[in-house]
Amino acid sequence: MKKLNQILEERQEKHLKNKKESKNPNNRELSIVVYIFVGLFILLMGYFVYYNIAVSPNIINSSYNKRQDLFAKKVVRGEIISSDGKVLAQTSVSKDGTETREYPYNNMYAHVIGYATKGKAGLESLVNFNLLRSNAPLLERVIKEFRGVKNTGDNVITTLDSKIQETAYDALGSHDGAIVVMEADTGKILAMVSKPDYNPNNIDQLWDSLVAAENTQDSSLLNRATQGKYPPGSTFKILTLLEYIKENPNYKDYTYQCTGKIALEDSVINCYHNTVHGEVDLYHSFAKSCNSSFANIGSNLNINSLAKLCDNFLFNETLPYSMVYNKSSFTLTKDAKTYDVMQTMIGQGETLVSPLHMAMITQTIANNGVMMKPYLVDHTENYDGKTVKKFTPSAYGSIITEEEAMIMQDFMQGVVENGTASKLSGQSYSVAGKTGSAEFGNVKGQSHAWFVGFAPDEDSKIVVSIIVEEAGAGSEYAVPIAKKIFDAYYSNR
Amino acid sequence: MTNILIELSRYLIIIAIAVYTYKGFAIFRFTKEEDKNTVLRVQNQLMFAIHFMAYLILFLTTGKLDIIIVYFAQVIFLSAVIALYRVIYPKASRLIINHMCMLLAISFIILTRLSYTKAIKQFRIVIISMFITLFIPYIIKKLRFLDKLGYVYAGIGIGLLGLVAIAGSTSYGAKLSFNFGGISLQPSEFIKITFVFCIAALFSKSQELKQVIIVTALAAVHVLILVASKDLGGALIFFITYTFMLYVATREYLYLTGGLLSGTIAALIGYKLFSHVRVRVIAWKDPFQVIEKEGYQISQSLFAIGTGSWFGMGLYQGIPDTIPVVDQDFIFAAIVEEMGAIFGICLILICVSLFIMFINIAMQAKDTFYSLVALGLSLMYGFQVFLTIGGVTKFIPLTGVTLPLVSYGGSSVLSSLIIFAIIQGLYILKQDEDDKVEKIKSDSGRKTRKTSKK
Repeated sequence: MKKLNQILEERQEKHLKNKKESKNPNNRELSIVVYIFVGLFILLMGYFVYYNIAVSPNIINSSYNKRQDLFAKKVVRGEIISSDGKVLAQTSVSKDGTETREYPYNNMYAHVIGYATKGKAGLESLVNFNLLRSNAPLLERVIKEFRGVKNTGDNVITTLDSKIQETAYDALGSHDGAIVVMEADTGKILAMVSKPDYNPNNIDQLWDSLVAAENTQDSSLLNRATQGKYPPGSTFKILTLLEYIKENPNYKDYTYQCTGKIALEDSVINCYHNTVHGEVDLYHSFAKSCNSSFANIGSNLNINSLAKLCDNFLFNETLPYSMVYNKSSFTLTKDAKTYDVMQTMIGQGETLVSPLHMAMITQTIANNGVMMKPYLVDHTENYDGKTVKKFTPSAYGSIITEEEAMIMQDFMQGVVENGTASKLSGQSYSVAGKTGSAEFGNVKGQSHAWFVGFAPDEDSKIVVSIIVEEAGAGSEYAVPIAKKIFDAYYSNR
Repeated sequence: MTNILIELSRYLIIIAIAVYTYKGFAIFRFTKEEDKNTVLRVQNQLMFAIHFMAYLILFLTTGKLDIIIVYFAQVIFLSAVIALYRVIYPKASRLIINHMCMLLAISFIILTRLSYTKAIKQFRIVIISMFITLFIPYIIKKLRFLDKLGYVYAGIGIGLLGLVAIAGSTSYGAKLSFNFGGISLQPSEFIKITFVFCIAALFSKSQELKQVIIVTALAAVHVLILVASKDLGGALIFFITYTFMLYVATREYLYLTGGLLSGTIAALIGYKLFSHVRVRVIAWKDPFQVIEKEGYQISQSLFAIGTGSWFGMGLYQGIPDTIPVVDQDFIFAAIVEEMGAIFGICLILICVSLFIMFINIAMQAKDTFYSLVALGLSLMYGFQVFLTIGGVTKFIPLTGVTLPLVSYGGSSVLSSLIIFAIIQGLYILKQDEDDKVEKIKSDSGRKTRKTSKK
């Protein structure tokens, strides 16, 4: 461009020398106009190049981009593989060129891997574009292109651990519910189970009945781990306790006389199964999950400040998670009735949370206050095993101080040592956690069993979040599942 | 076999357009007539090669025999344009003719790909328009009173624009056109030309403050009517063209800065007042947040460009039809999706080259009126290219204007061809004057060096 201008100028000068009389008096201004506009065009072209190099790779990944499927005409969809090398989804091509997407583990990974026909879901949707791009050696690709042969798509290596997934899947058994297992310091998701499930190998045949049931309670398409909205039950006491500790530096002096129930302004809250806990301090209130004590604590808390804490933990906010999920909600305001306040403090009331979100809250405490972004894709590689794109852990931010996190870790260890999760004590690993029995609907006594926990003393900490629907007490139904998962994870380490 | 042919053509087209574009700039290095002519000939060959390869792909993919007929008709047409100009106007700028034909060839290719029927319709309009505009350089040369009609142009412009604003039919939220008997006419495309003539004529008489105020008022009426018709792109093009013409005519940079400043303020007021302005800005800021509604068009365009990447998906291998109004405002996105970003950059460079050549004619023109006309038309052309390509690539907010000569649309292509013909007329005028000067000089016995340019 510069050269061109130079040439133009030279021409101009030559011209002027030849014919003085033809000098246009406005040429300086005209040159400025040229500079301005050519400058604009250079910026435009620079941006266009930048867009193609740096911006578009992220944009075209969008599931709204219908063009992704055009690549299916030229590329055989790659494989989805677990972190320990097991193939979770693959495309087999028959002799006549018909492609079938196969899921060797049938129902086990149904929700997290998803399906690739009939629209797309799960990882099949998230990494659709990566699976349909081929980073095979260039020469091979060009030759195949010219021969009209399909290239082999890239493989996606997930963070999922087949052993943990299998253990979690089997442990949930015939119950409906969900399990999320993740690494505390990285946010890597090691397992994600949701039941009821379906067999993605038969998605085409099952489709109509699955869709028919989509908006009903027992929808199999719903990934309960991320989309399920459950009352947190007593697992919410983690947040109530955290708020109490923040507001009361002398929290160690707290005592309460539990009579199995508490009555405030005509409202009554009962302990689970009306158990009388007697005199409890804060440690035992939490370990034994004493509802009366927590309703008592909650009635004096600053509700605005608790709401702020919940927002910081991403209630009512978008989660840093790239697949389908539902936002959790915490709606208590300071004008709420006493009964609603007390209900909310023990995890009943209007509060709703997903198992993934509960896992993230627990992970934040296990990771000394820093929330990690949960993720499922470790890296992508070409069919030869050469890494194409590596994904690394990234922190969402510091939600609570390290000191607060440490205090919470101690309290949560108490739940295992002296409380409702004692089935996890006495193992080769130590566990910290919180149980929950979340009542739902209007029927008294029916509850979802919750457990969230982690192993604080191990080098590699894993976090579990478990909900077993309509099972009963968390201590009886969710804790044993957690034990199986911890056993599987720490047994050969 | 077919596959090899299609794949090979895809890459050869990119190489050909890259060489063509390079030659378009490299030509300025040559001083000898014969060297230049060689380059121009090579450019023609490359253009026909691109046109041939693209139509080969179009034919092989669709298997439609009609496409072969259309192909030959277009080859005859393009050859005729090049030949006719050489015969009738030997002094015309051959590089501008080459670029004009190249842009038309690209338009033929992409429109045939998008919609065969529309491509045929457009081809017919192009033939008729070309025939009409072939007379324009001659008219420019003969009509020596064009600079006396300043207020006539203003009257035509304001009258027609006003009429559209009141009685025009609405498309995509803007009142732009008249419909009679299936033919839709978009007067603002032609008012561009009368507008430039009006400003140039009035400023060639006087550049005093009183005149500046009168001309500014006339220009403002044009712009305001366009704003009222919700033709934001049009209003912006008229405004920028006027501001820069005012600057060059008066040689007062305060007018330029003041004009641009008041334009910015007006844009901010527009943003506050009009929801349709805000929608464009919202869609520009983060189209993916509003992908279901306001951001749909631009997101689709960005998907198309991004997925096409450097080499394109290949003709018929993409899905440009998912972009609304792809054959008009978003034609550039369709071109990049299927023919690649490298092709897109070459296309931009061809337009830039044209813009520079247009302004160069303004520099050469001795007469203020002709100089200002050339400047005004260059600005209209250059800024419109910038707006449309900047818009579809999300460099700037969308304004909804077409890519001259390439986009589908009769009014647009006719007005663009008129602009190209006027520019040629001014170029030829200058060549004639140069020759006259030469003649006078040599007649009076003085020895001068021959400096004819082509």
